[in-house]
Amino acid sequence: MSHETTAAGKRFQITPVRLLVGGILLLGLIVTFLRFTQGLGAVTNLDHNTPWGLWITFDLLCGVALAAGGFVTSAAVYIFGLNKYHSAVRPAVLTGFLGYALVVLALTYDVGIPWRLPYPFLVQPGPSSFLFEVGLCVALYLTVLFLEISPAGLEWLGKSRLRKIVVKMTLVLTILGVVLSTLHQSSLGGLYLIVPSKLHPLWYSSYLPLEFFVSSIVAGLSMVIFEGALSYRFLGHKMDREHIQHKDDLAIGFAKAGSLVLAGYFFIQLTGLAADNDWSYLGTGYGAWYILEMGGFVALPCLLFALGAREKNVRLIRWTAVLAVLGIVLNRFNVSLVAFNWHLASDQRYFPSWMEFVISIFLVTLGVLAYTFVVTRMPVLYEHPEYAEE
Amino acid sequence: MHRRKFLGLLGAAGAGTVAHNPAVAGTHAVFPGPARQKGVLFDATRCIGCRQCEQGCFEVNGLPQPERPFDDLSVLDSKRRPDAQAYTVVNKYFPGKKDQPVYIKTQCNHCLEPACASSCFVAAYTKTRQGAVVYDPSVCVGCRYCMIACPFEIPAYTYEQAVTPRIMKCTMCAPRIAEGKLPGCVQACPKEALTFGPRDELLHMARERIRQSPDRYIDHIYGEHEMGGTSWLYLSGVPFQKLGLRTDLGTTSAPKLTSGALAAVPMVTALWPILLGGVYFITKRKDLLASRAKKEAVASALEKAQEEHRAELKKVREKAEKEKQAAIDKEIQKAREQAASEQNKEDS
Repeated sequence: MSHETTAAGKRFQITPVRLLVGGILLLGLIVTFLRFTQGLGAVTNLDHNTPWGLWITFDLLCGVALAAGGFVTSAAVYIFGLNKYHSAVRPAVLTGFLGYALVVLALTYDVGIPWRLPYPFLVQPGPSSFLFEVGLCVALYLTVLFLEISPAGLEWLGKSRLRKIVVKMTLVLTILGVVLSTLHQSSLGGLYLIVPSKLHPLWYSSYLPLEFFVSSIVAGLSMVIFEGALSYRFLGHKMDREHIQHKDDLAIGFAKAGSLVLAGYFFIQLTGLAADNDWSYLGTGYGAWYILEMGGFVALPCLLFALGAREKNVRLIRWTAVLAVLGIVLNRFNVSLVAFNWHLASDQRYFPSWMEFVISIFLVTLGVLAYTFVVTRMPVLYEHPEYAEE
Repeated sequence: MHRRKFLGLLGAAGAGTVAHNPAVAGTHAVFPGPARQKGVLFDATRCIGCRQCEQGCFEVNGLPQPERPFDDLSVLDSKRRPDAQAYTVVNKYFPGKKDQPVYIKTQCNHCLEPACASSCFVAAYTKTRQGAVVYDPSVCVGCRYCMIACPFEIPAYTYEQAVTPRIMKCTMCAPRIAEGKLPGCVQACPKEALTFGPRDELLHMARERIRQSPDRYIDHIYGEHEMGGTSWLYLSGVPFQKLGLRTDLGTTSAPKLTSGALAAVPMVTALWPILLGGVYFITKRKDLLASRAKKEAVASALEKAQEEHRAELKKVREKAEKEKQAAIDKEIQKAREQAASEQNKEDS
């Protein structure tokens, strides 16, 4: 943000927000230093029973789900031909790209030997592992997202010939994006298929891959609505008329889709319960927690999206999008932490250390800064006048 | 190129892993494992909780010196699990009367189809022909998915290592077995509570002990079927759940839990492009037809307008023609009448 103002030729001013951002960055760098010099044990509360903590849950599982807006929006526009949402593609793809880049960055913190991350592809693959699929698809999809967003950068740099080549690949890239997203979103759920003995039966289901994939569509749609509102509020001056004109249409259309997909997701969850005959668990404490998740964060946003779309109430739709996003985050936390290792005594359970929180907040802050950096420079929220014809 | 690397590459290329393919294993009702693979039988009715197996393990594996010595039996008063310092631990339980403790030794059970090996995305784990599940730290990325996957909570991690952290796990003393020696713990046991040998013979021996002393043992060999079967087998006089062993794990091996879902991957890869491509072309064609219909409508409207215009023009022209003709006729008539009247004048 400091670059932005100096570039604009204004004097750098210390505001409370900048102070906060600076503080987060400083703390983040300190903990980063500790992580890579002292090891995971020095900064995390991970132990032998809970080897995956906040970073995997929030930065990987939630990060990937919430970055699904890229493939959802580009598929809607380029495959299903909903051209009126065209102005939403670039911001969604940019968020997706930055989201996945941060996921990979977070993984370098979490895995023990980050420079070996390419080993599964270069040295010795373990294709029987769902993590292999996750890794391969995330790596490939990050490349696809980079290519998808590159026209914005190429327009900014004035490389119109290279841009033309990339734009010609749009359809192929979009289909590849959907294929790879289907695979790795579901694979993240697939990771937990191997632990029926550790994950609470209400959250464990052989439909976990399907549940993760379908809920990621909800997350993608909701994040596009939510980010659209935020961008309009804080970066509205960067939007062109087309973008502003279509933003309410977009919210209403995506709310309709969100309501439908949430309804489908709700019934997939019910099917999971019925298939394993888990009904008796609903009467327990975990059952109450599960009912809260399904009722308050799946069924409720499903109804509110439908209501908002029917009444054309964009304000309601925006708040519902926040609720739906929180619901997906809650689901990932439940699968990965709350309902995981539920058989262990409470004193053996894991709770993140403050330094783990610092790194997660640090990475989100980096993401917001990178987004601001790009949209204040490149044609993301507006169309480049030279290429407006296309 | 190493054989394993080559097979791995084959697997990555989609030709299917030859050595350990869960989809193939899934077609067998029971995976038999390599013939004459070794295992260890632990008999809880013989164990006296002396911790000499722990010491034996420590000595042969060069593990870090523990805080409290191995002859300090008060260690047994709190529950422990294998960790980065110890491959095996003994725990004390009181399943029946207060003064009759039962001890159980915990270490890697060396599954016939290991969850750790199935979950490792860099194939760092190998189930050897001798039955041991061994780990190769030289390729390990440190993702710790094996620790998530293991139903027995065995793999531990050296979290305090900054640069070269690794998994720590019992190896069944695979290097010693290769030399024809006994595993460290088995060798150290003073009560023959641990027996090393081919797994099928151990199963036979276990059944024989149950048959000969039905009062001493419960009729359950833990590890015969649990998680698809393990190379480490347990006998006990009390139900195993009272000794901290999980009896709700089922008999499905870990790879089978994921093989079905993994089999959907090629289907997604094959079907999505066809389906989405189809949707794209349908949408595109609809747009094309719509725009063509629009063009045609415009063209026909134009045509009609022109037609009307032409007709109008023709009418006007005809009218003008008619008027002109009428005027001429009128003039002729006039001239004729004039001529006639002049003629009349002349005649009169």
